[in-house]
Amino acid sequence: MDFLRPASWEEALAAKAEHPTAVPIAGGTDVMVEINFDHRRPEYLMDLNRIGDLTEWEVGEDTVRLGASVPYTRIMENLDTELPGLALASHTVASPQIRNRGGVGGNLGTASPAGDAHPALLAAGAEVEVESVRGARRIPIDEFYTGVKRNALAPDELIRAVHVKKADGPQQFSKVGTRNAMVIAVCAFGLALHPETRTVRTGIGSAAPTPVRAKAAEEFLNAALEEGGFWDNGKIITPSVAKQFADLCSAACNPIDDVRGTASYRRHAVGVMARRTLTWTWESYRGTRRAAKGAA
Amino acid sequence: MAANGAPTKITQGSQTKGGIGESTLRPDGTLKVTGEFAYSSDMWHEDMLWGQILRSTVAHAEIVSIDTGEALAMPGVYAVMTYDDLPTDVRNYGLEIQDTPVLAHGKVRHHGEPVAIVAADHPETARRAAAKIKVEYRELPVITDEASATAPDAILVHENRDDHHIGHVPHPNIVHRQPIVRGNADEAAKRADVIVKGEYYFGMQDQAFLGPESGLAVPAEDGGVDLYIATQWLHSDLRQIAPVLGLPEDKVRMTLSGVGGAFGGREDLSMQIHACLLALRTGKPVKIVYNRFESFFGHVHRHPAKLHYEHGATKDGKLTHMKCRIVLDGGAYASASPAVVGNASSLSVGPYVIDDVDIEAIALYSNNPPCGAMRGFGAVQACFAYEAQMDKLAKKLGMDPVEFRQLNAMEQGTIMPTGQPVDSPAPVAELLRRVKAMPMPPERQWESSEGADVRQLPGGLSNTTHGEGVVRGVGYAVGIKNVGFSEGFDDYSTAKVRMEVINGEPVATVHTAMAEVGQGGVTVHAQIARTELGVTQVTIHPADTQVGSAGSTSASRQTYVTGGAVKNACELVREKVLEIGRRKFGSYHPAWATAELLLEGGKVVTDGGEVLSDLVDVLGDEAVEVEEEWRHRPTEAFDLRTGQGNGHVQYSFAAHRAVVEVDTELGLVKVIELACAQDVGKALNPLSVIGQIQGGTIQGMGIAVMEEIVVDPRTAKVRNPSFTDYLLPTILDTPTIPVDVLELADEHAPYGLRGIGEAPTLSSTPAVLAAIRNATGLALDRTPVRPEHLTGTA
Amino acid sequence: MRVNFTVNGRPQEADDVWEGESLLYVLRERLGLPGSKNACEQGECGSCTVRLDGVPVCSCLVAAGQAQGREVVTVEGLADFAKQRACGTGSCGGTSLDEAKRWEADGTDSQTGEGTELAPIQQAFIDAGAVQCGFCTPGLLVAADEMLERNPNPTDADIREALSGNLCRCTGYEKIMDAVRLAAARQSEGV
Repeated sequence: MDFLRPASWEEALAAKAEHPTAVPIAGGTDVMVEINFDHRRPEYLMDLNRIGDLTEWEVGEDTVRLGASVPYTRIMENLDTELPGLALASHTVASPQIRNRGGVGGNLGTASPAGDAHPALLAAGAEVEVESVRGARRIPIDEFYTGVKRNALAPDELIRAVHVKKADGPQQFSKVGTRNAMVIAVCAFGLALHPETRTVRTGIGSAAPTPVRAKAAEEFLNAALEEGGFWDNGKIITPSVAKQFADLCSAACNPIDDVRGTASYRRHAVGVMARRTLTWTWESYRGTRRAAKGAA
Repeated sequence: MAANGAPTKITQGSQTKGGIGESTLRPDGTLKVTGEFAYSSDMWHEDMLWGQILRSTVAHAEIVSIDTGEALAMPGVYAVMTYDDLPTDVRNYGLEIQDTPVLAHGKVRHHGEPVAIVAADHPETARRAAAKIKVEYRELPVITDEASATAPDAILVHENRDDHHIGHVPHPNIVHRQPIVRGNADEAAKRADVIVKGEYYFGMQDQAFLGPESGLAVPAEDGGVDLYIATQWLHSDLRQIAPVLGLPEDKVRMTLSGVGGAFGGREDLSMQIHACLLALRTGKPVKIVYNRFESFFGHVHRHPAKLHYEHGATKDGKLTHMKCRIVLDGGAYASASPAVVGNASSLSVGPYVIDDVDIEAIALYSNNPPCGAMRGFGAVQACFAYEAQMDKLAKKLGMDPVEFRQLNAMEQGTIMPTGQPVDSPAPVAELLRRVKAMPMPPERQWESSEGADVRQLPGGLSNTTHGEGVVRGVGYAVGIKNVGFSEGFDDYSTAKVRMEVINGEPVATVHTAMAEVGQGGVTVHAQIARTELGVTQVTIHPADTQVGSAGSTSASRQTYVTGGAVKNACELVREKVLEIGRRKFGSYHPAWATAELLLEGGKVVTDGGEVLSDLVDVLGDEAVEVEEEWRHRPTEAFDLRTGQGNGHVQYSFAAHRAVVEVDTELGLVKVIELACAQDVGKALNPLSVIGQIQGGTIQGMGIAVMEEIVVDPRTAKVRNPSFTDYLLPTILDTPTIPVDVLELADEHAPYGLRGIGEAPTLSSTPAVLAAIRNATGLALDRTPVRPEHLTGTA
Repeated sequence: MRVNFTVNGRPQEADDVWEGESLLYVLRERLGLPGSKNACEQGECGSCTVRLDGVPVCSCLVAAGQAQGREVVTVEGLADFAKQRACGTGSCGGTSLDEAKRWEADGTDSQTGEGTELAPIQQAFIDAGAVQCGFCTPGLLVAADEMLERNPNPTDADIREALSGNLCRCTGYEKIMDAVRLAAARQSEGV
């Protein structure tokens, strides 16, 4: 095993081009466990901690450019207004110690369906900025996950940042685990309301081979909200609409039975989380509307 | 040259007072908070090698061939050993039945069985070498439950059994069977107005001590070996290790290293023999440290159990009879299974009065992971089932579940199903009363002005509910556990106590082989010495095999038995000291001959409080030393047919009230409070007593809501050998644990004390289950309860 | 490879480090600092918690090479670290002549560590009975000390959240809660 210590992003890209099998390591949450437990013996280990750029973020007009290694703790503490869904998801990641070191780049690189950031990124809308010596590109988050623990990265590419849409409405994230802290998701659900476009987006974790959106559920809800004039009248969403949305979210799952939970439970739980997060976000939207009216 | 991290003597000196009954602080506390306390995995020796174990990847198979050539040829590899390299004809070990191969021979019987061992100059070299050993297996069908174990064509897990149980078991795949018959259950059933039956399942629990199995073996010039090790019982290890090495016991010198928890999981050997074999083979010190993955394969677990119960009661709430059948899965090797069977059967009735019983408990041999000792030892599984039955009966009778239990509660004088009278306080009804009388935790504590605090709700940080679907439930349970080794076992301990003057101060040194595993035995020994010998300064000598056996740190027995041995040795030392005093000063004061004399505050005083002499003057340059064995009252074996016999030494009782909040839609549970009342006889160290009760309570909660080793029934392979998927309660899962300690002396025990470590683990699990049932209305006949069981999605 | 970093204020160098070794392994096996514990090596138990450039991390999840040039504080350095922090906030003086004399006279009891100067959180763990087997203790101390640095008046829920990455199998956590509350109370009283 060789240990590569690029001091800059350019050096890292050059090293990855020269050694496409090099395994990048930043927070170490996944890679070190694989090494400690003898599941993996990479030829090259490439430390990304020396590249300061990766731990920085920039709040732009419409998006936040989030460095791949910005620790979850920073996201929780500094970006809960701009990225509320991701901040909530970050808070559920493993333990404080791991949140202090792990970042979204690791979740994306591993591309485990159980990664906590995925549902929030899917719901918010995001693009993954990847680069190689051949050049940079942005991969829409919907196209990023290609299979179980597989993503759209080419062997010579590294994840530099994620461009996440700034919240234009309430967002929620909810995750089921069989422990009240420090637990891998049995399944997870992210929901974002986008009042500007009058749309909702969802993200489901750990209930299909990849993180997925419940697109039929989104379409149903978009139509139902539009039809009922809900975005304007701010009425309470009827239980039947919420139930239909929840059922469609359950239907979007393609889960397996494993040691963490049954497929049947996962479908069920995603439905419950979908209904609850819809209630929470919609209540919040109505509250904001009322507050805005009151101010006006 | 001494190994680094070798245990040091611990002296608790002039800054620490404290005899029995005081909450004296741990003598090893400072070392433990500064990181200096040397645990077995901290051992280091110049020039040492690292040992690695190659384990079977399948559960049941014939070994066709093993090729170690490539591994041996690797640079940095010093030795590779298989069964064929074992030095003597003794190639098996075991606590009671020597059925466990040091290294697999011809066959592997469970997933993760040791097949070969490697020593190399770096752990990674050792791992790579182990990976290069080629083992060819021919897989066999797996035996995973009673049906497959006793099927007509079942493969025998152990052919040619010649142990002392084979004569009375109905099938060679049954390790041991213990029936208990008293009265006539069938006749008594006719008096019952209600009969309740239940089938229960108790999952496989792991001790999950945090300090992994580890140790350092250092070859000695005399051909022997020095072993620094974390264990629960040095002398039991020694008796199993020495014959395999072909060494007399005095050439295997064992010293207890720091032990990172045990809970039963260190009662069996793990890497002890392997480290010694490699050290003797290479002539170099060898260190072995399991990682967490290996630890799940490296020690026995709590027996999973299927329990069938039938109880009857009259309409006024009196129990008429009980029938039960308990099937414990012992896995591939016997370990402590026979004793677990004895406990499960003899305590299967719980702390209740039932005159007519028909009981059977068995342990299977299977290809599942070997199971043995864990805190509660057979009594835990039974308690889960009989307490569920009590709630069912109370419900059927329309009675309050606590009142129903109190109505049938055992008390001093009750005759156990084994025919043994309970001859010390058994305040079962009182414990229930106390735990019920504690104030209830406030409702909806998660509500605040800023909205719901998810940290206090089911699901916790995962943000699954802001109060939706959350229902509170309350449940009660009480349990009975035996203390000490039962069934005629010669259960003794040894203490060596020395008293002398050092730097002008009388100092007592206590030397035992007791394994301090965190329970605080060292604290208590110093307290006993202070109380009995009137000194402030006490040195606790490292535990080793240079003194006689202390027995195991298990069965809630160490404060009773080794505490008793220390007390006894101190009393003998005191007599000798007084002898010296009489010899030196007897002529100066008549009280030396006539009064009851005590040692207090460094002086010899009369029971009237008159000071006769300073201990310093009595002792002068003399040192007084006594090493003596001490035994509790003998017990008897249970009759193999009727189960009758005075099998137990003492009983221990605890009761719990659980308050839970369940997210009924998602099936997530938050335990809000686990209140406990326990009779401890006499709290030698109240702070430690409460710590034991709270710790035991949470281990019981773990198996109620999250902990379970999951074994694939098709392959008998372990599916979750890691802390990612074997979940232990975190501090966010853990409730507040108010404790009410009752002290009713047992006149047969030293200071009237009662063993306390295990009882709280028993009643905690069924109390939590009862509370969840109360919240959800579901029957819930298995533990742990998983979200799918609460949501109909299993 | 060779790795240089600072541990508890002292520069350290480890040679012949295998690239797959963790910071935890280097601390324990190469630098003679076994206080950080190896309970799970998968970031699930927190027993190996150290501060890396001030931030609590699981040292089992830090590749040794990633520690190059960084500052590490382990449980072995916690007392000094806490003392310096206290000095930094002006709540300590220099060693008085009396203190120096007492130090001379008593010294440290090499067998029990009696007389050892402890960080407030260390003393609180002893006093509250929060130590049983002690294997989780070093990691909990580092994590709890850092939490009290950030949040001197934590609620119970704050304490539980901050320590939710540290497993303990012996205590049921109640005495650990007591210890952290005690340390916080003593801190706010300036004791």
